[in-house]
Amino acid sequence: MKEIFVLAEHRRGELRDVTFEMLTKGRELSQKTNMDLTAVLLGYNVKEFAKKLADQTKRVLIVDDARLENFNAEAYQKVLSNLISERKPPLTLIGHTAFGVDLAPSLATELNAPLATDCIDVDFEEEKLVVVRQVYGGKVNVKASLRKSDSYIVTLRPATFEAQQVEPLGGEITEVPSPLKEDIPYKKFIEYFEAPAGEVDITAADILVSVGRGIKEADNMPIVEKLAKALGGVVSCSRPIVDKGWLPSDRQVGTSGKTVKPKLYIAIGISGAFQHVSGMKNSDIIIAINKDPKAPIFRAADYGVVEDLFKVVPTLTDKILEGKA
Amino acid sequence: MDKEENRMDIIVCVKHVPETAEAEITVSPGGKSINTEDLVFDINEWDDYALEEAVLLKEKLGGAVTAITVGPQDADSTLRKCLARGADKAIRLTDKAFEGSDAFATAKILHKAIKDLPFDIILTGTQAGDDGYAQVSVVLAELLGIPHVTMVKKVEPKEGFMRVNRELEGGLQEVLEVKLPALLAVQTGINEPRYVSIMGIRKAREKELKVLGLADLGLKEEEVGGCGSWITVEKMFIPPVEKEAEILTGGLDEVSAKIVEIIKSKGLV
Ligand SMILES: Cc1cc2nc3c(=O)[nH]c(=O)nc-3n(C[C@H](O)[C@H](O)[C@H](O)COP(=O)(O)OP(=O)(O)OC[C@H]3O[C@@H](n4cnc5c(N)ncnc54)[C@H](O)[C@@H]3O)c2cc1C
Repeated sequence: MKEIFVLAEHRRGELRDVTFEMLTKGRELSQKTNMDLTAVLLGYNVKEFAKKLADQTKRVLIVDDARLENFNAEAYQKVLSNLISERKPPLTLIGHTAFGVDLAPSLATELNAPLATDCIDVDFEEEKLVVVRQVYGGKVNVKASLRKSDSYIVTLRPATFEAQQVEPLGGEITEVPSPLKEDIPYKKFIEYFEAPAGEVDITAADILVSVGRGIKEADNMPIVEKLAKALGGVVSCSRPIVDKGWLPSDRQVGTSGKTVKPKLYIAIGISGAFQHVSGMKNSDIIIAINKDPKAPIFRAADYGVVEDLFKVVPTLTDKILEGKA
Repeated sequence: MDKEENRMDIIVCVKHVPETAEAEITVSPGGKSINTEDLVFDINEWDDYALEEAVLLKEKLGGAVTAITVGPQDADSTLRKCLARGADKAIRLTDKAFEGSDAFATAKILHKAIKDLPFDIILTGTQAGDDGYAQVSVVLAELLGIPHVTMVKKVEPKEGFMRVNRELEGGLQEVLEVKLPALLAVQTGINEPRYVSIMGIRKAREKELKVLGLADLGLKEEEVGGCGSWITVEKMFIPPVEKEAEILTGGLDEVSAKIVEIIKSKGLV
């Protein structure tokens, strides 16, 4: 029986959400194509994870090796290229995460297996693999096909498919001996590093006034600060504002920043890239202010204002202060 | 540190991309690309940081920076920018046969150009803002047979290796050591890219900008372009709207009043 591989992703003792999201897509494809769904688990002392994965799959292949304790693309690639060459799964799914981005392209090159990255959909259409991706910051979608091959690799965008609860399938857990013989020569994991927490915790705020690159200059920041103050809220931001050093990194909302769920989220001059949206889409009410009517942020927001922020924000601030007076 | 010994040969790969965050984007008639005539092109955001990191390393350790791009003649403006900001040489790889290359084919083109050049470090951006593959750098490293680190947020040169911080999710980073030569794909925010100075522009005029094509690189037509690619674009389209915000209309006062109403109705003010 042919297999679809889903590579389990875990970090610091936890299976990551993207693993279960991929299992959802993998299950759908395995039913459609009549292939087995196989979870591939690399790690050290990760038997507990194997049980969870077995609930959702036909089988779990586990490679247990101290050298696989922390993710290391070099070690992972060696093990996976072995497994894929041996078992020849027509499709391997990997998360489009810090982990997948470091691993999938070199693995695909070594195996000469066509790769499509950051996909929001994938399907077999008559022997060919077809994917959907987003380009130009989410403004355009692309449907693309991959060169004909016996084995494909696809990285899936996180938070795109929904993790599902299923009746436990009781998949078989098979331990595969580690092919790693010696130390990993080129890359060495040293430690994790987390920036110390600042004074403001944006995840605890009820109202977030969030600012993006549309603010243009550091000198313009007081406009949003005033609005936040009038509302009794806190200023958060998209990534470029932190990259430029205009706000500290603990104010950043998104995949590489914080995930927030305030009662009110006002996005000002933020385009709505998925890395940003995945960090704020579960807010109670989202209001977006952006001069571009096609900005993807309007697909995440409840209310939108298509206007120059430099006009709306001060007027809005005045209105709120008036109401309070 | 002894400059001569530690002198670094650095290659930085850059891409000339359209700025689309604020532009109106339309799909061209064939449905396989977007109309770019009215768009402004510049160096890819991630590559801007890679270039700066290359120049910072050169300033610290001595050495030379070579900027390389695959692209049409217009891309010379991005290479000139690299030269003005501190790169010493620039190479543009271009050929009719390169058209339609995906990330894999692009990496093959870069590989042929780089494999015989001296280098200790290759710097690239983690991804390009247009097609967002985040593949070229890692495929290139694999073809060259050197280690890579993506999402790099900090670089510390050591003896024969680099200590780097790599960005993970949720504000977490991992610290790694990687042996040289290596490819580092940087993430935005790793440094503060400098502005182009008038002096820089003047100096750039004297610097070498080489153009190489298919034959110069010893590539065959079937290795590049659509034939040499993994991916074929079937169709580009504006994403279907699943959920659209209710757009508040009216003058500034009216719109503001409506927002205040919404906020009040939820008991937030
Ligand atoms: C691995 C990775 C992780 C990432 N993590 C994050 C993350 O955690 N958080 C995050 O935010 N991003 C993250 N990003 C970056 C993300 O892809 C986008 O580049 C970023 O979110 C864009 O920020 P922006 O919307 O502020 O800027 P842009 O995309 O440049 O958008 C600016 C917006 O402002 C609007 N605008 C301009 N002027 C005005 C005006 N006068 N009035 C009104 N509107 C105006 C424009 O129309 C545009 O829509 C990550 C990227 C990668 C590759």
